[in-house]
Amino acid sequence: MKFTFNWLKEHLDTTASLDEIVEKLSLIGLEVEGVEDKGRELSVFKTCRVREAVQHPNADRLRVCQVESAEGEFQVVCGAPNARTGMVGVFAPVGSYVPGIDLTLKAGELRGEASNGMLVSEREMGLSDEHDGIIDLPADTPVGVPIAEALGFDDPVIEIAITPNRGDCLGVRGVARDLAAAGLGTLKPLKAERAAGAGASAVKWAIGDNAAEDVHYVAGRTFRGVKNGPSPKWLQNRLLAIGLRPISALVDITNYISFDLGRPLHVFDADRLRSDTLTWRKARNDEAFLALDDNSYKLSDTMAVACDGQGAVGIGGIMGGAESGCQDDTTNVFLEVALFDHISVAMTGRKTGIHSDARYRFERIVDPESARWGLDVATQMILDLCGGEASEVVEAGAVPDSSRSIELRPSRIADLCGVELSRERQADILRTLEFTVEDKADLLVAGVPSWRSDVELEACLVEEILRIHGFENIPELPLPRPSYLPHGVLTLAQRRASNVRTALCWQGLDEAVTFSFISAAQASLFGDVPETLKVANPISADLDTMRPSVLPTLLAAAARNTDRGYPDNAIFEVGPQYKGDTPKDQSEVAAGLRSGHLAAAHWDQKARAVDVFDAKGDALAALTAVGAPVENLQVFASAPNYYHPGRSGVLGLGPKNALACFGELHPKVLKGMGIKGPVVAFEVFLDNIPAPKVKKGEASSSKIRPALELAAFQPLKRDFAFVVDADAPAEKLLRAVRGADKALITDVALFDVYQGKGVEEGKKSLALTVTLQPRDHTLTDEEIEAVSQRIIQQAMKSGAVLRG
Amino acid sequence: MENLDQLRSDVLQRVSESETLEALDGVRVQALGKKGEITGLMKTLGGLDPEARKAAGQALNVVKQEVADAIEQRKAVLEEAALEAKLAEERIDVSLPARPAHVGRMHPISQTMEELVAIFGEMGFSVAQGPHIEDDFHNFTALNIPPEHPARQEFDTFYMNEKEDGSRPVLRTHTSPVQIRTMQNAEPPIRIIAPGRTFRADHDATHSPMFHQIEGLVIDTETNMGHLKGTLIEFCRSYFGVDDLPVRFRPSFFPFTEPSAEVDIGCTREGGQLKIGAGDDWLEILGSGMVHPKVLEACGIDSTKYQGFAFGMGVERIAMLKYGIPDLRTFYESDLRWMKHYGFVPLEMPSMVRGL
Repeated sequence: MKFTFNWLKEHLDTTASLDEIVEKLSLIGLEVEGVEDKGRELSVFKTCRVREAVQHPNADRLRVCQVESAEGEFQVVCGAPNARTGMVGVFAPVGSYVPGIDLTLKAGELRGEASNGMLVSEREMGLSDEHDGIIDLPADTPVGVPIAEALGFDDPVIEIAITPNRGDCLGVRGVARDLAAAGLGTLKPLKAERAAGAGASAVKWAIGDNAAEDVHYVAGRTFRGVKNGPSPKWLQNRLLAIGLRPISALVDITNYISFDLGRPLHVFDADRLRSDTLTWRKARNDEAFLALDDNSYKLSDTMAVACDGQGAVGIGGIMGGAESGCQDDTTNVFLEVALFDHISVAMTGRKTGIHSDARYRFERIVDPESARWGLDVATQMILDLCGGEASEVVEAGAVPDSSRSIELRPSRIADLCGVELSRERQADILRTLEFTVEDKADLLVAGVPSWRSDVELEACLVEEILRIHGFENIPELPLPRPSYLPHGVLTLAQRRASNVRTALCWQGLDEAVTFSFISAAQASLFGDVPETLKVANPISADLDTMRPSVLPTLLAAAARNTDRGYPDNAIFEVGPQYKGDTPKDQSEVAAGLRSGHLAAAHWDQKARAVDVFDAKGDALAALTAVGAPVENLQVFASAPNYYHPGRSGVLGLGPKNALACFGELHPKVLKGMGIKGPVVAFEVFLDNIPAPKVKKGEASSSKIRPALELAAFQPLKRDFAFVVDADAPAEKLLRAVRGADKALITDVALFDVYQGKGVEEGKKSLALTVTLQPRDHTLTDEEIEAVSQRIIQQAMKSGAVLRG
Repeated sequence: MENLDQLRSDVLQRVSESETLEALDGVRVQALGKKGEITGLMKTLGGLDPEARKAAGQALNVVKQEVADAIEQRKAVLEEAALEAKLAEERIDVSLPARPAHVGRMHPISQTMEELVAIFGEMGFSVAQGPHIEDDFHNFTALNIPPEHPARQEFDTFYMNEKEDGSRPVLRTHTSPVQIRTMQNAEPPIRIIAPGRTFRADHDATHSPMFHQIEGLVIDTETNMGHLKGTLIEFCRSYFGVDDLPVRFRPSFFPFTEPSAEVDIGCTREGGQLKIGAGDDWLEILGSGMVHPKVLEACGIDSTKYQGFAFGMGVERIAMLKYGIPDLRTFYESDLRWMKHYGFVPLEMPSMVRGL
């Protein structure tokens, strides 16, 4: 919403300065988005007289001008074709900043002639695109007048943001009313008297039954013998100042009243209407309508339209028709002043996609009483500017009764806001906002003005009072602490997400945050995509599906980095994946990938391509960080099929309880995502990690650890080599060996895997170091031999043979 | 025993002239070994009378000890020289680069959220979370935003496909549904923050279709707007680390609060450089207000008994302001160079007592 300072003063009798007004507007909830004060910005540029302009001795297109300015006489070299002796122009002195050409002027010489300053064009001042010549003012303009005053744009333009509840401030008068209530002047009375009509209106209104809920009331009258054409300069300047294009007096009047009073209007050329009754009805589906913006719209049967004998001439509350609109030669006018249902206008507006000033206002609820005074104000203005004669008023429907009252307990101001304010002051503030106030025992009963449809409950009155009293007067109170020391505020899941993030950073991966949505094509690389994951109105086809895994967005990121020349990615994300559209379908995952090489080539170690064991290590680091029972996890070869079928695994407590997946990604997936392999990845399903066990008889918050038992005897190590089938999982052997003596064996480390000479085809040799920790005595040779035999037996049971 | 003096000086000279440990050991064997010169003289003592034997024995022992000491000293010197020679031999170029080890960086969004948890956690707020794909009730209706409300248009909502029952899930446009779910499930007093992903159909230089919000909610019987002011002023000052940061509350409108306030912090913009702190300009960073009675009632909370405040802000926005990150869109691009530059070493969790 834009208006000018002088326009505001048409409604507000005030001595406040622009700065005071601007500050107050923000403090009462009418947030100032900008102030354009050309007068202030351009104050250094003033009118001057060209005493003499002569041909430059060394340049055909330049003139040397002697310029009389308020600061004295200067020589200026000027290239403008209209520079001439005796003209009055605008002078930019040396040292001034010329906005249109982004230049600070310096004294200089042009082809051997001194030039101290500049005679400027409108474009150089940033005022318009006009640059055919320098500004050429009437010859009687005195020297030294600021440019804004000389050109008539010294009225500052204020732009404010209006929140959706304040439809009443979509007219300058509403803004003035709030400022008056806030103590910055008094609101001038609105001049609206009903002019008696002469003769019957040429056009009458009717509201059809099916449109009665959309159109509550409509009034109008005919103006005969008006003269349209350009509106007066003052009106054009106001509209131009707020960014509206003047069209003709009649149209400008409706626009002006819309912005001045928040009352949208429409004017028909009465001679272009094809019947003497205009009827509101629902449009027919696919009914075509050519609107004032020269676009054709397809209507539908939820939209209310005004129709003459042959078809629609206006969409209710949105826009009139092109064919029935006023033209420069219009002499007979029919005025529409209507009240539409705001929801109906909003729905129609959304469907047609038309953004008009009328729609904007009707959606935010126009003051119903404006249907009465709006007709009078418009009548007066049409008669004043276009002449002619007004007919009697015609109307249909009824202005709805908007009167209501709300009870306010004066104690609520203190209860809700911590502000002590006397009930007299509370009542006064409401009255300045034109509420009626009745003081009843322990209540203030406030009658709500017709234009404040947003005020519904007691809390709204509290807000109104506080807004005008000033939020700056609310005390700053500390929030009492529920306890002397803060308690832990994170849930287990939240702490785990935070910890896994830290762990993966230390693991050498950078944290990424990527979108929750991807393209359907990318999603389908990660399994079947149910319809419940599809976004109905995506912002682009690339982002039309909720991601079934975190990996596709990470892969896309890695592909982008690779394309930029950074192929060695090590990135992770802790974020959501989705398998449907219900709350339980969302789960938290820590996923990461590595691509290219693990590290650049180094003088002491070769660059190594990433492999599946990097991903497995990352997964285990993540699982350790979240307190998963890493010792008890088994590896299953059942990773989802976006992994390489032979180079991937699942870490879980059982075949159906997957805590993590890891592996090389499937080459088809990499191809689909546009990245060259190998890429290894992992996903840790944080929601599947069991909560830590609480020991019987201990509080769940107990941090007690079991006592440390330190054996007094040195551990000893024995090496074994076993031969197993080449495709047998090593883990099977490791578990078997560990199980040979759970008390004595504290570690089993696999230190070599060998296939080749000396090992039968189809087999592999696994070499282990077993650590034995004696507990209460040094082991005898016999005991060591016995445990070795148990180890060998257990290994054989698992299908291994001691290597000879 | 003139020849003893001679022997003594001979042996000591040989010791001092030994250049290697091997040569020194040779000298030791020659003088003190089983068949050594001094050992030989010891053996001759038996042939002397007791008086002479005592005197000669003493003299011989002195020489023997002197020689042994000299050998030990020489040995130490030679060992030291040998070690030095060995170390000199082992010299390598230590300017060669160390083996590479990379510590990853934490994303600024995570860092900022941890900071927010640290601040509000200290004030007794716990952290609540909720689903991203929401229903109309939790995202709009319960927040006093009926379908025809003009505010709905301003949200640029993403919808999911319509379900069989005609309902249409939405991608939550704010984290407010978490407030609703909390109020539906918990008895007051309530004090939570709700950080998380949010979605709006808007994509340009300053809008991303996905971004993060954090909201706060306090519900009890006495919390009023003064507490809202106190809480948010304290927050702004500690988050930005500016003790005298001016904070301004302006009336505004949100369907879910009444009264509603927007919160500005002081700043300066000299030469295009934004600086947070006391200055001549304001920067809007928060929306807030007293929870609307209709919202409380929609969640089954008695609005005649309970009241409280809510607030919300964009996580990226405050991260950009605090850390000088110029472009919103870069947050989600995962450019390795960006992550290295703007990311955080995961060294310590933000904490009020350690300092943010």
